[in-house]
Amino acid sequence: MSVIDRKVLEQHGVTEGEYARIQELLGREPNMLELGLFSVMWSEHCSYKSSRVHLKTLPTTGPRVVQGPGENAGAVDIGDGLAAVFKIESHNHPSFIEPYQGAATGVGGIIRDIFTMGARPIALLNALRFGSLETPLARRIFSGVVAGIGGYGNSIGIPTIGGEIVFDPMYAGNPLVNVLCLGLARHDEIIKGQASGVGNPVYYVGARTGRDGIHGATMASAEFDESSAEKRPAVQVGDPFMEKLLMEACLEVMKTDALVGIQDMGAAGLTCATSEMSSRGNCGMDVEVSLVPQRETGMTPYEIMLSESQERMLLVAKAGREREVEAVFEKWDLHAVRVGHVTASDRVRLFHHGALVADVPTKALTDEGPVYRRPMSRPSWQTAVQQLDLAPLSPPGTSQAAFESLLASPIIASKRWAFNQFDHSVGTNTIAQPGTAAGVVRIKGATQGLAVSVDGNGRHCYLDPYRGAMLAVAEASRNVACAGAEPIGGTNNLNFGNPERPEIMWQFGEAVRGIGDACRALDVPITGGNVSLYNETEGRAIYPTPVLGVVGLLADASQTVTRVFQSAGAAVVLLGENRGELGGSEYLARLLDLVQGEPPALDLAAERALQTLVVSLVRGRLVQSAHDCSDGGLAVTLAECTFGSGGIGVEVALDGVKTVPASFVEAATLFGESASRVVVSVADGHVAQVLGAAASAGVPAQVIGRTGGGDIRIDVDGTTAVLLPVAAAEGVWATAIGRRMQSVAAGAA
Amino acid sequence: MTFAVIVFPGSNSDYDAFHAASAVVGAEASLVWHKDTSLGGADAVILPGGFAHGDYLRTGAIAKFSPIMAAVRAFAERGGPVLGICNGFQVLLEAGLLPGAMVRNRGIKFVSKMVPVRVDATDTPFTGACAAGQVLHMPIAHGEGNYFAEPAVIEALERDRQVVFRYVDETGQASAAGNPNGSINNIAGICNARRNVVGLMPHPERACEASLGSADGRLVLDSMVQAFAAGVAGGRSLA
Repeated sequence: MSVIDRKVLEQHGVTEGEYARIQELLGREPNMLELGLFSVMWSEHCSYKSSRVHLKTLPTTGPRVVQGPGENAGAVDIGDGLAAVFKIESHNHPSFIEPYQGAATGVGGIIRDIFTMGARPIALLNALRFGSLETPLARRIFSGVVAGIGGYGNSIGIPTIGGEIVFDPMYAGNPLVNVLCLGLARHDEIIKGQASGVGNPVYYVGARTGRDGIHGATMASAEFDESSAEKRPAVQVGDPFMEKLLMEACLEVMKTDALVGIQDMGAAGLTCATSEMSSRGNCGMDVEVSLVPQRETGMTPYEIMLSESQERMLLVAKAGREREVEAVFEKWDLHAVRVGHVTASDRVRLFHHGALVADVPTKALTDEGPVYRRPMSRPSWQTAVQQLDLAPLSPPGTSQAAFESLLASPIIASKRWAFNQFDHSVGTNTIAQPGTAAGVVRIKGATQGLAVSVDGNGRHCYLDPYRGAMLAVAEASRNVACAGAEPIGGTNNLNFGNPERPEIMWQFGEAVRGIGDACRALDVPITGGNVSLYNETEGRAIYPTPVLGVVGLLADASQTVTRVFQSAGAAVVLLGENRGELGGSEYLARLLDLVQGEPPALDLAAERALQTLVVSLVRGRLVQSAHDCSDGGLAVTLAECTFGSGGIGVEVALDGVKTVPASFVEAATLFGESASRVVVSVADGHVAQVLGAAASAGVPAQVIGRTGGGDIRIDVDGTTAVLLPVAAAEGVWATAIGRRMQSVAAGAA
Repeated sequence: MTFAVIVFPGSNSDYDAFHAASAVVGAEASLVWHKDTSLGGADAVILPGGFAHGDYLRTGAIAKFSPIMAAVRAFAERGGPVLGICNGFQVLLEAGLLPGAMVRNRGIKFVSKMVPVRVDATDTPFTGACAAGQVLHMPIAHGEGNYFAEPAVIEALERDRQVVFRYVDETGQASAAGNPNGSINNIAGICNARRNVVGLMPHPERACEASLGSADGRLVLDSMVQAFAAGVAGGRSLA
């Protein structure tokens, strides 16, 4: 033949080495369709070829793990025969090209991963990164992404219960949209995405196939350049109504016992679903491509197999039970078309009007793709950015002014402008609303609750990817613990630049090593996740940004607390040490325009002790509120505890830290971001018990002040450093983002 | 007493209403598929929130053609209590069981938050357990809840006290600050002339338990149960 030349390979993102391997596996040259199948299945997005060797080092097992990585989502035991099913996934590249639809279909994709497992989705969270809000482009993308997340999640009726949003110029050309979905299933209801049983029928269900999203997975595996806007046809369009019907129909058909396996058609569409289901079941599959319901005329087998049209599923039913399956889809007015059957071979064979058009060994697509141990090297600038010498610098104004500036920082300010566009009350399970703490949902018919948090700090990871990643695990886990929940499982979304550059690969390797060490120390197994590489525009990579989602189990959902002070006159107790670390802090970035220093130190044993203590204090109802200390340090943490309390103030006296030059003592004491700290409020009668429990646990604890009054007042070494009425502080914090967004027209597409 | 909760394709608060009526309030409740033609002897009907049929044409515009709507209409015409919540309210407007229409929220954006809502009429089967002027905290979650009607219709609604719920600020005043979506006269919910059909945008079924942030919405369901009990005691059926 060969129509397959260097140019064709380049268009498919297949290297010459990979092409040689394809020929070897097939024992011949592939045709264009077969090349297409290999190109999407071997894309970075589907094959994890650069990341796999690192991901294998993560801890993935534990007594509670019901399903680890490798299926559509992970699952952990939460008692009473129930499992929490969850996963995080990115839709970064599509959201840059078309913010509304990119984000919407990202939500749709992760929801499908959860109900594919036989679980009913009960909550969504998101971790979002945008460029500086001072730029119109970032505001437009932010606005569109928020509208898209809402447009999909609100319609389908799954509450968005939390998340985090960061703005930084490093994400200007590569926003991050990571969405976590949490579902609930009985252990015995969990369904695998595998085919089995020779002769069993293979059904295509859901939306018709169009030409949208062809090579979406390949697009997600390349850098952006100035022509990226022209890739818009590779972004899919979401239809939450179709997804809602599909979800209800699938959950209904799963109850019938007529189902063998099911998988959604996400990245790489029908190609991925047919090959992965066959591969997991160690069988083959014959599919007549012309039977696939099509939205457009004249579609070729290549287009049908590579389309990433949304809201489609592939399922294998038990032979003889076809009518039961079809009846359910008829009820919901959905297509359920028998397109093929399971075979005893080890090959995926595709037919078009009866003619064999592709014949590929299943495992060649799924398991025998390239695995790269890409070169890694520590960037030459790494040591330099970790140096922080405060001596020649001076704080740019009073602590009070810095405090107000930080409250107005888009990173710290309330995200209610976004959260108020997300339906968080549908489902009537949401106990802690977005913006108050970890998201918390109860479980109807059971005592337990689940707390979920997503966290990541790209700035920390840029300064030290190993420690930054550990800090992300610690923070997500700590947030869950502050709600009173025991962290029981994690999922990670690894957002990085081009892995073909050794410095990026080093960041990736270090971050995965950090996640692994932290997860082992905190006993949080990783049950799945997603890798998003090539987050670069015109050669400039994002901050290395691993985002951790941690799920925690509340023994009793009614025992949770939030960050908000509940009464005046309570003691304010700081658990952990105030060490005044300013490296990588929001204070340095915002007030001194400095991204410099080492991120805060992390002692994993101390972190674990702290989290265990906090969980036991909440469960024992010894604390009225609990709040993790992070961006903006202790001063911002204390302020956030007063927000939403109806004006309950706080008066605190702190000892100045001794670790910085005299001119920075106040700033480091107030705004340092040392890890492993939690602020709790405690009724007088419980203070001795709390301090005693902390002492037994080996966690430093001290009463630093009291709640009450209408002001936030913080003294450092006997001098009042911050004094502001709660209402004034809350006004600044609550409106900072909304004011910046006022000029933006609505983001809907 | 039995509640029938109608399930349209795209309803997403159907189970929430079912849960509130059954597990919280303790009444009987059944989910009725939109292709059914009978309400199965229910004593009250709830049209739940969601986005029936995708809401792609206009909110509620297709749902009015669902087979079950003939039964709902007949039930309402017999005087049976019908409550439309959020998308259910939009369906009632489209079906002509209530006057007016919904347009996009002022400010265009979807709005999801807990809001104070004042009860301005207690002589309906859905508000009998409330005090006149009582302020209830209930969540709203909608993109098209900006109530609109011709001036003559608004005038008639106000004159005949058919405005049942009104958005207010924290001081209980129907001010501009308390209006989350631009609705004329801060209208959050209305009833028909016979007062047996009520539609409202806030979600009482999501505010029936204190752990969810508010239990005020329970008064709406309790009112329905009380109205039913009073009807039975008086030898009348509501329908």
